[in-house]
Amino acid sequence: MPPDYTKKLQSITMKSTLLHQARLKQQIWLDMLFRGLTRTSAFGVLVLLVAIIVSLVIGSMPAINAFGFGFLTSTEWNPVTDEFGALVPIVGTLVTSAIALLIGIPVSFGIAIFLTELSPRVLRRPLGIAIELLAGIPSIIYGMWGLFVFAPLFADHFEPWINDHIGTLPMLGPFFSGPPMGIGVLTAGIILAIMIIPFIASVMRDVFEVVPPMLKESAYGVGATTWEVVMKIVLPYTRIGVVGGIMLGLGRALGETMAVTFVIGNAHELSKSLLMPGNSISSALANEFTEAVGDLYTSALIELGLILFFITFVVLSLARLMLYKLGKGEGQTT
Amino acid sequence: MKSETVHTPKVIVRDLNFFYGNYRALKDINLDIAEKMVTAFIGPSGCGKSTLLRTFNRMYQLYPKQKATGQIMLDGSNVLDPKQDLNMLRAKIGMVFQKPTPFPMSIYDNIAFGVKLYERLSRNEMDERVEWALKKAALWGEVSNKLKQSGTSLSGGQQQRLCIARAIAVKPQVLLLDEPTSALDPISTAHIEKLIDELKKDFTIVIVTHNMQQAARISDFTAYMYLGDLIEFGDTSTVFTNPKRKETEDYITGRFG
Repeated sequence: MPPDYTKKLQSITMKSTLLHQARLKQQIWLDMLFRGLTRTSAFGVLVLLVAIIVSLVIGSMPAINAFGFGFLTSTEWNPVTDEFGALVPIVGTLVTSAIALLIGIPVSFGIAIFLTELSPRVLRRPLGIAIELLAGIPSIIYGMWGLFVFAPLFADHFEPWINDHIGTLPMLGPFFSGPPMGIGVLTAGIILAIMIIPFIASVMRDVFEVVPPMLKESAYGVGATTWEVVMKIVLPYTRIGVVGGIMLGLGRALGETMAVTFVIGNAHELSKSLLMPGNSISSALANEFTEAVGDLYTSALIELGLILFFITFVVLSLARLMLYKLGKGEGQTT
Repeated sequence: MKSETVHTPKVIVRDLNFFYGNYRALKDINLDIAEKMVTAFIGPSGCGKSTLLRTFNRMYQLYPKQKATGQIMLDGSNVLDPKQDLNMLRAKIGMVFQKPTPFPMSIYDNIAFGVKLYERLSRNEMDERVEWALKKAALWGEVSNKLKQSGTSLSGGQQQRLCIARAIAVKPQVLLLDEPTSALDPISTAHIEKLIDELKKDFTIVIVTHNMQQAARISDFTAYMYLGDLIEFGDTSTVFTNPKRKETEDYITGRFG
């Protein structure tokens, strides 16, 4: 090899090494930037959460100082005398959500099972799309529909029947008797159920679909029926997703504002009967924030918000606990 | 085929055709599965060996547009008869799949699951049955002290033996194995092969395998299939050492497939 050629080769290699090093440096820098960005986003969520809690607590301090724990057990809600208690909206929120889940879970389960196990293939897509569309309807439309269409129908045709048949039963009676007005806690619960069914059903369908066919075949292979396969194999296998879907629905039911405001009646009275008007936390907030005069009134409303936050937190924790318990039933994993 | 006259046939397949929609996946299959023997189905991918296996317990029926015609006689009744009680049929014919499929429950419940579908056993009897099945599947020694643990916590090979135990716990007559070792390491595979040799004392075994050496090692009879046709069927030593058909010889010697 001629000497000048060797030199040239050396200089080329050096150049390329330098270039390589520069690129490497740039890459390391970019990596760090990217890592920093992702970290900032993740911690941003945490900061936001803490900030919201802190501002809610600060905002509700006047009400907490004035009423203490009595706020949670008092049914009084009198802006004129500045006396406030949260029991009515708390009960309203919990009861409407419970009704919604009671109706919503079995219906959603049926929809999901039909779509994944039983429905003819041609029906699956249109039905699935219909459910997703139902999930996309803004809640104000459910509220309007509930007030103008559902409530009158309910008052004319269902509530008299409920009064006559369930309202006369010994234990359940008091919960199901009252004037057939159409609006009230039960109506709000039913509207909420209709609203959360698409959420729960589509999550359930998605998780049922990922069950390995071979696992289902194994169960069919030992002679299980479709019902047994669904209840004993599919449901335990997908329990995390199913509980997640239910929680998604419950979260929506607890916080739903517009649709509930339309049909719940917005009355600060505690009544045994589900047919009577009541109030929920979020609809109380929506209705009264604009007219809240005086620090204590505003503060009481903010404390209601804090309570809703707390309820949601407790519900999510309970769901975690339930999953943990269910996992134990399956046998520990090592 | 001399051997067939010696062994009583357990399953008799006659003029079996199978369709995925319009596609004919099995073409006029005729064969006899000998009782308490191991019969292996071999052939290249897509030849229909798994399809044939899945007609025996009518697993194909879970899926629309799949249908079988012809006869599969088991104990004098036709498996393909629409009046056949599917769940009772599947109690008589157990199946194990390509991949281990433990149910999402404890080891104990994995075994008890199938048994509970057919029999009402006392706690004691069930304990005995679970132990019996696990011993038969050569798994008892490894899991006897952790029956309450999840079936998914076992290793792949153990999971597959759990699936075999689950299949035999309902005391079937025929055991269908659909490439049972294709997802396992060589040691686990050896375990399962040894187990199959033990199990044939009590059960009629049909195994689909991609692995020709495996078929040669463990089976008494071998069926070679290609594109939905049963090309050759006979006792394993004859099929492997002295095949009658050129196609079989090509496949076995590795010239094709």
